[in-house]
Amino acid sequence: MISRQVSERIAFGVISLTAVLVILPIVGIIAYIVVEGAGAISWSFLSEMPRDGMKAGGLLPAIIGTLALTVGTAIVAVPIGLGAAIYLSEYSKDNATTRAIRIAIINLAGIPSVVYGLFGLGLFVIFLNFGTSIVAGSLTLGIMTLPVIISTAEEALRAVPQSFRLVSTSLGGTRLQTIRRVVLPQALPGIITGIILGIERAAGETAPILFTAAAFFLPKLPSSIFDQTMALPYHLFVISTQVPGMPLQIQYGTAMVLLTFVLSLNLIATLIRRYYRQKRVW
Amino acid sequence: MTTPDGASDVKIHVQDLAVAYSDGTESLQGITMDIYAHQINVLFGPSGGGKSTMLRTLNRLNDQADVAAQSGQILLDGENILARDYDVTQLRRRLGIVFARPVPLPMSIYENVIYGLRLAGVKDPATLDAAVERALKQAVLWDEIADRLGDNAYALSGGQQQRLCLARSLALQPEVIMLDEPTSGLDPISTFKVERTLQDLKQDYTILIVPHSVQQAARIADWAAFFLQGQLIEWGPGRQVFTAPKNKRTEEYITGRFG
Amino acid sequence: MTEDQPSSSGIGAAQGVATSSRGARAPSGSLAERLIGRAIQVTGISTVVMVVLIFAFLIREGLPAFVRVPLSSLLSARWYPIEGYFGLLPLIAGSLIVTVGAALIALPLGVATAIFIAEIIPDWARDILKPVVEVLAGIPSVVIGFIGMLVIVPAFRVALDIPTGLTAFTGIVLLAWMALPTVVSVVEDVLDTVPKTYREAGLALGMSRWQTIAKIVVPAGKSGILTALMLGVGRAIGETMTVMMVTGNAPRLPSSPFDIFQPARTMTATIAAEMGEVAQGSTHYHVLFAVGLTLFVITFAINMAAAMVVFRRTKRAERMLS
Repeated sequence: MISRQVSERIAFGVISLTAVLVILPIVGIIAYIVVEGAGAISWSFLSEMPRDGMKAGGLLPAIIGTLALTVGTAIVAVPIGLGAAIYLSEYSKDNATTRAIRIAIINLAGIPSVVYGLFGLGLFVIFLNFGTSIVAGSLTLGIMTLPVIISTAEEALRAVPQSFRLVSTSLGGTRLQTIRRVVLPQALPGIITGIILGIERAAGETAPILFTAAAFFLPKLPSSIFDQTMALPYHLFVISTQVPGMPLQIQYGTAMVLLTFVLSLNLIATLIRRYYRQKRVW
Repeated sequence: MTTPDGASDVKIHVQDLAVAYSDGTESLQGITMDIYAHQINVLFGPSGGGKSTMLRTLNRLNDQADVAAQSGQILLDGENILARDYDVTQLRRRLGIVFARPVPLPMSIYENVIYGLRLAGVKDPATLDAAVERALKQAVLWDEIADRLGDNAYALSGGQQQRLCLARSLALQPEVIMLDEPTSGLDPISTFKVERTLQDLKQDYTILIVPHSVQQAARIADWAAFFLQGQLIEWGPGRQVFTAPKNKRTEEYITGRFG
Repeated sequence: MTEDQPSSSGIGAAQGVATSSRGARAPSGSLAERLIGRAIQVTGISTVVMVVLIFAFLIREGLPAFVRVPLSSLLSARWYPIEGYFGLLPLIAGSLIVTVGAALIALPLGVATAIFIAEIIPDWARDILKPVVEVLAGIPSVVIGFIGMLVIVPAFRVALDIPTGLTAFTGIVLLAWMALPTVVSVVEDVLDTVPKTYREAGLALGMSRWQTIAKIVVPAGKSGILTALMLGVGRAIGETMTVMMVTGNAPRLPSSPFDIFQPARTMTATIAAEMGEVAQGSTHYHVLFAVGLTLFVITFAINMAAAMVVFRRTKRAERMLS
């Protein structure tokens, strides 16, 4: 019979080892991509069109495409997501409608990304006849992003003390005035954090844009939102699986650009959250 | 009707008011009483007796709470404010309220004071400046903070915060000021300041207050109403209620036998 | 008694405020206010509409598959669309093996990591490690698939001495790892909600910290850990790019549940790989939608079940508190 102290030490040791073994690769994967890909990064890699069957030149159309899809996603998801969050936090009572909305959000969050792609193909590309385009991709990604934005924004709104609402109401504030002048400004940092996290997720997605927006290769930049576009995640997939003889350094470089874009959004969100949490008076 | 200071008008008449929350907590039954203009009207009694519910029903802050049933009438200057289509926003500008715990809004002192005015659509800077100065003077806070109106309201001490909340209500120049245990968290000196302020304020306003102790109730009451378990046990001029209560339970409470 | 305006000079202005506010109320209040309130309500309800729309379009495009392809054929073991074989069994089996395998690995790893972060390490280390785990959720799955292909796949081939590293097992390992942030955050929340008094009671009884965690804290959070498992499964079954890049994509029916060291093909990977090349309106097109519909129904069921557990737990917690 081993003593309590020894069994505790063994258990904590096993747990710690396991945790370290799963956490270390997170840092490892990022470091590895940076080490392998940094050599490819140059101004021309970021600012030129691809050449020689994408085996040379730069990533410009993929970068522009991902930026366009990111902005489009925000335009679709922010108003609806914020509205739904305000509804859940400030307007709704605990009734059947609210429960239906909550169940809908849980399910939206769980639908596989490739199924969003099918939905976008069926509704936006074919039924609404937008074609494979930035607009169809943005709408698809936007809907997919909604649950993240709604849950984080609702959480931020609910964190604003109830007493502020009571005071504002008691001073003759209507519900909307109270939301606009007190609740929203106080919840804003949390809401922005949620928006960035949602968009970050969308920016890195491949499956939803496979059949709604993404092009294998385009000789020129898209000229309207009804054009199809290249995008970083899909481009990485293409050059790493579909193009034989692709130089490894370009593959790692592409992965590094995508990772940098996505993780800077993540970092910005984290910093905003930290900064305002410290500054908050209540 | 006799009043301590001679003639006084009824500002609010409450008739057979009953309120019940859906979770069965604090409620009111069969309340009939008057609240007099330019008087300090005191509601006192053990906690859970319905005093706060009374205040929140008067300016219909309860509209947002879980009220299961409400009946009776509340006449403000003869108008029934419980009417379904009554303009509650306007009502709340006429009946200001200050809560037990000071709740400055997360903005500057200046913005706090003019918050209600901004909501009401007042934009003229001169009018707002004048309102801030007047309200802060009425709340006896002006001399302490006149030179730092731009500071965050949370930089103030607890006592100052509570007077800021009072000033914030006063800035709207309401007709009635309701205070729900406004001095419960304050030190004796701040408490004294608030009480003295109330004496000045009643020249201009009708005051309805839930004091935080029987002693305070006795000190300030022109009119006093004793609430127990949702019922109005006794109601009359303060001097009479605190020196010669008619009801045995009032006497027991005042003399400290329960509560 | 009715007209009782206070008489002092300060109050003369009160009516001014009241009047101006009455005038100002119209634009911000009443009609505009109601319209905006209604618009906000519409955005809320639109989430329900979207779920219904998604379901409707999957049915619209997926249902014809069941008309055109006989059920016996759909339930066969051969997926070879070019020749008209639409047997879904290999795809379903592939998804099942990869998902269940990933969940079984992710759960202990996630619980261990959550315990490590929440209970073992000091606060300053927690402030560093929590964001690191969250970063994993932000790494695009195509990047993980990319590294998996270039690093993990060859490593597994050598280490396990198998003909190819593109196997179901590779997918299982990477998926389990990717599900980590989901599992860790749910389990952490659960550990947080276990009342402090439970722990204190354990320690007061002379139990060690480990015994308290193992015998009291973890069992008390059982339903939450079940939720974590379900959400982890939901996440794993829907994962597309990583799986497509590392599992070899051979639509073969595994001979047993432990037949994981050979290539496999999941439902998600099938849709992603083939939808780009099919003619719109063809049988193949509709069958791929039918696969999507199946995925939708499965994840819907899993998420509903997880939601039930969560709802029930909050209700019980509320009862315990009141």
